[in-house]
Amino acid sequence: MLMNVFHFVISIWVPLVCALIIVAVLPLVAGYIVLMERKVMADMQARLGPMRVGPHGLLQPIADALKLLIKEDIIPDEADKAIFWFAPLISVTAAMLAMSALAIGPWFQIADLNVGLLFVVGISALGIFGIVLGGWSSNSHYSLLGALRSAAQLVSYETAAGMAIVGGLLLAGTLSTREIIQAQNDYGTWFAFAAPVGFFVYIVASIAETNRAPFDLPEAESELVAGYMTEYSGFRWALYFLAEYTNMVVVASIATTLFLGGWLRPFAGTPAFNFLDYFPSVLMLAVGAYCFYRAPKQPVKVQSLFMVAVGLLMILAAIILAAPLVPAVSDLLPGLKPGLHGAFWFLLKVGLYIYLFMWLRFTFPRYRFDQLMRLGWQFLIPLSIVNVMGIGLALVLHRHWGWGHLPAFGLTTLLTLVVAAWLGWAEEKKDKVHVFVGET
Amino acid sequence: MADERIPFATHADQTVLGADEIVLNMGPQHPSTHGVLRVKLRLDGEKVIGSECVIGYLHRGVEKIAEHRSYQQFAPYVDRMDYVAAVSNGLGYCEAVEKLLGAEAPPRARVIRTILTELQRIASHLFWLGTHALDIGALTPLFYCLREREEILKIFEKFCGARLTTHAFRIGGLQYEAYDELEKDVERFCTPFDKRVDEYESLLTENRIWVGRTKGVGILTSKEAIDYGASGPVLRASGVKWDIRKAMPYAAYDQYKFEIPTGKNGDTYDRYIVRMEEMRQSRLICLQAIENIPAGPIMGKVGKVLKPPPGEVYHAIEAPKGELGYYIISDGTTQPYRVRIRPPSLINLEAFDKMIRGHLVADVVAIIGTLDIVLGEVDR
Amino acid sequence: MALDNDLVKRYKEKFGPAILEAWTDRKQAILVVARELLGEIALYSRDHEKFDWLSDLTAVDWPKREQRFDIVLNMYSFEKNERLRLKAHASADERVPSVQGIWSTANWMEREVYDMFGVIFEGHPDLKRILLPDEWQGHPLRKDYDILTQDTAWVRENLGIESGQ
Repeated sequence: MLMNVFHFVISIWVPLVCALIIVAVLPLVAGYIVLMERKVMADMQARLGPMRVGPHGLLQPIADALKLLIKEDIIPDEADKAIFWFAPLISVTAAMLAMSALAIGPWFQIADLNVGLLFVVGISALGIFGIVLGGWSSNSHYSLLGALRSAAQLVSYETAAGMAIVGGLLLAGTLSTREIIQAQNDYGTWFAFAAPVGFFVYIVASIAETNRAPFDLPEAESELVAGYMTEYSGFRWALYFLAEYTNMVVVASIATTLFLGGWLRPFAGTPAFNFLDYFPSVLMLAVGAYCFYRAPKQPVKVQSLFMVAVGLLMILAAIILAAPLVPAVSDLLPGLKPGLHGAFWFLLKVGLYIYLFMWLRFTFPRYRFDQLMRLGWQFLIPLSIVNVMGIGLALVLHRHWGWGHLPAFGLTTLLTLVVAAWLGWAEEKKDKVHVFVGET
Repeated sequence: MADERIPFATHADQTVLGADEIVLNMGPQHPSTHGVLRVKLRLDGEKVIGSECVIGYLHRGVEKIAEHRSYQQFAPYVDRMDYVAAVSNGLGYCEAVEKLLGAEAPPRARVIRTILTELQRIASHLFWLGTHALDIGALTPLFYCLREREEILKIFEKFCGARLTTHAFRIGGLQYEAYDELEKDVERFCTPFDKRVDEYESLLTENRIWVGRTKGVGILTSKEAIDYGASGPVLRASGVKWDIRKAMPYAAYDQYKFEIPTGKNGDTYDRYIVRMEEMRQSRLICLQAIENIPAGPIMGKVGKVLKPPPGEVYHAIEAPKGELGYYIISDGTTQPYRVRIRPPSLINLEAFDKMIRGHLVADVVAIIGTLDIVLGEVDR
Repeated sequence: MALDNDLVKRYKEKFGPAILEAWTDRKQAILVVARELLGEIALYSRDHEKFDWLSDLTAVDWPKREQRFDIVLNMYSFEKNERLRLKAHASADERVPSVQGIWSTANWMEREVYDMFGVIFEGHPDLKRILLPDEWQGHPLRKDYDILTQDTAWVRENLGIESGQ
């Protein structure tokens, strides 16, 4: 009996380790994404951001996590205690579960479901429960309104995102994450270039799904309704926050898998671009060099030492990434190169996608709720439906009538753009007539 | 007497479908009300059908204090009213008392006063832009605007020692001679400033989201604006081309060439465009002024003890917020008999109820921001 | 100095003895009018003399006079680029016609005059205190209002301690 259990555990040790890594590392990663956001925000606002806690603020997330853990746990008197306790957990669990079907590299995946992408989309939709229950259990008029608004927004944009994903799936022909990436490899280009309108729709819908600006009205501080997170303090709030950033990572991972080639190197199939294989190590070396450069300039000795340590870590990472390129090592461990480099490219693309999110947040003002809903229902959903039809048409042209990739997809993208322009024009015309809600 | 007017705060509109209305309270502590302002809103769902502003949280009795201080002693108090644009407050008061005395500031003092007041106008509008954009959700313009405003505050600090509540002017002229590098500093600020305004405009003016949040929001027709006594950019954006600097020039404004930007529709977007253009025009005035600051004394012929002959005067200037008027009555003693300050922010705020009807709750912050009120001036 | 230009002549023609005095002070024109006809005179000023913008409405307290309050209206005409000041005398218990129906600006300004001076405006839709709390006793800008006694009384009543002034 015990041997059966033992064998079972041995047979699933890879997914188990992956799951443990995700649960252990993801909160830390989310914390560092918060730091990245603050630094990027500061950079765009002509200032520096956190600089004190650790060199260049590198220990800020640790300090924040410690602070949130030891903060007083305030629960409103009339709140429904059980649901109040449970709601953030639903959000976090849903977000983390969604990571399970995503492949970060060819060797890092918890479960290669053959309905992988559908599973991910479905589970992250379950996260909405956490928001609504959180708002309801706070027993505050305004929290509930904020939660319902947020739920309405998420549901609307989930539809658009789903349709955009369908467009990509038509190209891939399968729901399994691993095979989607394989399909992009076979295709020769990433699906973002084959279905650019779908990619664009997915970007916009994913911003709305994660409640990021310009769609962050339910969370905005300068509006009246403070949102579902108001009554939560300390660690519970940290869980919601963790759920939000994990959702960002999930959404970025879906986009990377489906549209940006997953773990494939740019120009994966072209031998002429093999020099790009050196890019990961060079990047790590550059970061390490920068750390060594900044180390003597730190105000405090401890911070200098910390920077040197980080620099050394980067050098180590560069060496590890360069190892598979040495023929002796690659003969010994053939799986090392796709594993390591694949994980690197995947994480780089996810990082760039999240940077795009942050860039958009600090550039644009906020949409008002009615404008947000109008954008979702009257622009994005029709556009995504037309996009699906366009890709279907392109596939018919390509497979049955023998057109090449470029003419087929080029034509349908053009047609979809025409429809998009018409939708945008129609929306603006309606805006001019519709001055404001109410009597004249 | 009189004709039918739109019913005021306490008479709300009807709700659609005869539903219950919700009363929502905003403030007095609220990040977007620009001070301690309390706004009671009556809502039909998300639509505002009635509102009432409750003010007086920052009332300090400035007019009563004035009756117990001498004319020079009262001058620092006026800075504290519109604390974002203290230099203009000081200009209005000093010029009003000079009119009362029958004295005049010498040409050099007038030109330096003009330069500082226009710099203050730019600083006030920069602050307005940053906070207004922040309320609507654009997080970045605030920091760019404050970066520029910092340069202006440095000039003020070099001139009179204070950044915010400056007390820069004295009755009769200036107390301190302009420091040696004033012209250079002003030029160094003004020369790249046009490109900076272009930078803010590139972030906001053509931005779909910004236009969607501000166009058609808070419309005030020119008739309504005149009826509600609005002044400053609020009035000009509604289409009334009127600026006291051109209509009844004071200080050295009649020597300089500048335009008066006017809007068409009187909505939030127009007020934004008008203020952006005003910043550019103020920069032009500064550049013209520093080319030729006349030499000469900086203080006019006023005695140490000021005892204006009995009488009264009403003097108004174009402050960044609107028409700032001082109505001062003297009874022949060293202390004024009555000082009445006509606050542009208060009068502009009266139009709030008219502007908010029919809009959504999310537009309340946009409209409060676009009126550019400072509670220190509203409540005095 | 006394004023007798065309403008004053037109007013005197229309309203006769209601125009009590007319003079200029520091080159600004001032008309003193009878309190009862303030409404009609204001309407005439707006519609016929084109003073369509009310700059300011305030009051001054001259306690030694029988009619202690001066209600002052500062008007401006966009067309003529001219200002005119109207004054009306009122005693503490006389009601002044409200001009809120003529210029909507006057709404809050009359509330402030009521708050600070205690003048009651007839026909104002919502005459209540604007700057001070609703339950405040007294009218601060009157000359016989002593800040110190009021402060000590309020502190004693509401906070239960002795004011440190």
